[in-house]
Amino acid sequence: MKMERPQIAAIKRVEEEADGIKTIFLNSSMKARHGQFIMLWLPRIDEKPFAVSYASKGEIGITVAAVGPFSEKLSLMRAGEKIGVRGPYGRPYTLAKGNLVMIGGGYGSASLAMLAEEAARKMTRVKFILGARSKSRLVYVERIKRLIGEENLTITTDDGSAGRKGLVTDALKEMIAREKIDKIYACGPDKMLKAVASIGHEAGIPGEISMERYMKCGFGLCGHCCVDPIGIRLCVEGPVIDFGTAMQVKELGLYHRLKSSRKEAI
Amino acid sequence: MKPDLRAKILGVELGNPTILASGIMGVSGAACCYAAKNGAGAVIPKSIGPKEREGHANPVLVEFDKGFLNAVGLPNSGVDNSLGEIEFAMKNSGVPVIPSLFGGTKEEFGMVAEKLDTLRPQLIEVNLSCPNTQDDFGLAFALSEKDAGEVIKLVKSKVRAKVIAKLAPNVPDIKTIARAVEKAGADAITAVNTMPGMAIDAKTGNPLLHNKQGGISGPALRPIAVNCIYEIYKAVNIPIIGAGGVTHGEDAAEMIMAGAAAVEIGTGIYYRGIDVFRKVSGELEQLMAENGYATIKEMTGVSHR
Ligand SMILES: Cc1cc2nc3c(=O)[nH]c(=O)nc-3n(C[C@H](O)[C@H](O)[C@H](O)COP(=O)(O)OP(=O)(O)OC[C@H]3O[C@@H](n4cnc5c(N)ncnc54)[C@H](O)[C@@H]3O)c2cc1C
Ligand SMILES: Cc1cc2nc3c(=O)[nH]c(=O)nc-3n(C[C@H](O)[C@H](O)[C@H](O)COP(=O)(O)O)c2cc1C
Repeated sequence: MKMERPQIAAIKRVEEEADGIKTIFLNSSMKARHGQFIMLWLPRIDEKPFAVSYASKGEIGITVAAVGPFSEKLSLMRAGEKIGVRGPYGRPYTLAKGNLVMIGGGYGSASLAMLAEEAARKMTRVKFILGARSKSRLVYVERIKRLIGEENLTITTDDGSAGRKGLVTDALKEMIAREKIDKIYACGPDKMLKAVASIGHEAGIPGEISMERYMKCGFGLCGHCCVDPIGIRLCVEGPVIDFGTAMQVKELGLYHRLKSSRKEAI
Repeated sequence: MKPDLRAKILGVELGNPTILASGIMGVSGAACCYAAKNGAGAVIPKSIGPKEREGHANPVLVEFDKGFLNAVGLPNSGVDNSLGEIEFAMKNSGVPVIPSLFGGTKEEFGMVAEKLDTLRPQLIEVNLSCPNTQDDFGLAFALSEKDAGEVIKLVKSKVRAKVIAKLAPNVPDIKTIARAVEKAGADAITAVNTMPGMAIDAKTGNPLLHNKQGGISGPALRPIAVNCIYEIYKAVNIPIIGAGGVTHGEDAAEMIMAGAAAVEIGTGIYYRGIDVFRKVSGELEQLMAENGYATIKEMTGVSHR
């Protein structure tokens, strides 16, 4: 029986994805899908949410960007070390048919790379827009090329050190002007998600975004990740939400809640 | 005839007797509205204290075979930042909103209560299960007749709202605490908050909650809560709101029969989903119809006959 408490698992291996971004592979029989997340526990330190970025038989992977005390500790862990895991939690993406566009900003590509895997298995056409601050922060470039073909990958960087200089949303707008797109998927920084959902919504193209907010329990009791003004719990009703819902989440791109629950501008 | 599910607490009418318990979901005004939309007859937001608190590190909630253990550590943005959230819920939820408050000292309870009262809520709930920072052992207010009574007396002097004292189950005789808060002026009692508990990861020896110890909620708490309600009903003349493990309509009926005028639901959201309020109300309605109860009032305390 599934019990909502961490299970101890061993780290199998750690791979460097990019500057300050690592993927940790764990021995686990968990069946996790794209868009879902797990809670990782460092006993006596803390326990935090991470999207599943790889899932195969007996193994799951998560991709960690070192941004603060917890993620830095996690990034320093090595094969053989033990860690607590629970999940998976949250609603996965819904793969559509037709011409799909996936937009990943930073480590946000974690969940989308898994979605691209399912799309590739089902022979669905995917165009991927991969964005990062700079070349050294790009993740999964080879993985995505292998899945969907190099010609379908567009890279954008803020500083122009790889691909084209600019924002993922510029590339998206051009694509929308050029061809018929059936569904858009996006995961990344809040402001990017807001922009993508707004563009898609205006163009009448359906889509889904995966949104992050401070989470504690992960299973819908603590209420920390409820978003304004509709109150849905991102850990249960999300983290993947459709564009229609995203347009109702007025705090998207504007503010989030800190650990205390106080609001902070984004 | 269809049973009448309305509940009345101190003149405040609830469309049904299920209330969102404090600390589950109700971190924001929007979250309270979401519970109301899913059938809660009233909502109690997360307890609010004098100043911003982050609460404990995770895990703050872990499951065991008959319920959950929690030690969230009363995170909140402080009363000044919270007023807007409560106001949002009062304006938009469409159901009575019962702010909940806590403090580390009596004076803090008084200060928070006074500020919350500016929103003109009809009812407020006083969470007495937090540690008294002036006590040598940090004993919770709810564990001492004297402390519990003094807090209620002070809060009463600061507010126009009716005051509900929320009691802890882990006391030698809950009747004495109930009488003390009644004497201090409490208008109603909520029974109960969580029961102390702990869980340890057997592979590593690590306590599972970051705070190591926490409070038991969910099904394991239910018989304890029903017993407390039964005892309190005999001891006082003020209304009782039941809390602890209500998951199905039958559980709500059990508490009402022991003496509760309404029931709070928290952990049940995990087991039945966010619409647990609608489900429990529906099941209770059916149970009432099958057993010949026309109103909640008529069912309240029947086990004492
Ligand atoms: C559904 C979901 C999926 C995520 N997936 C990934 C992922 O694949 N890779 C990755 O690197 N990060 C992911 N995160 C974010 C990750 O949880 C935070 O980066 C991490 O908790 C930061 O902790 P810290 O102590 O290192 O940094 P801090 O300095 O404590 O915080 C840095 C930032 O992370 C946010 N954060 C801190 N704690 C939490 C928390 N418990 N829940 C949500 N946000 C928090 C803070 O608000 C702040 O914006 C995900 C978050 C969510 C909610
Ligand atoms: C995660 C969690 C947080 C809680 N936070 C509070 C709180 O802030 N104030 C309070 O008075 N009670 C709090 N409680 C206690 C609940 O309001 C309720 O009394 C208890 O959980 C029993 O009801 P239940 O079994 O339906 O959950 C909390 C309980 C849980 C599980």
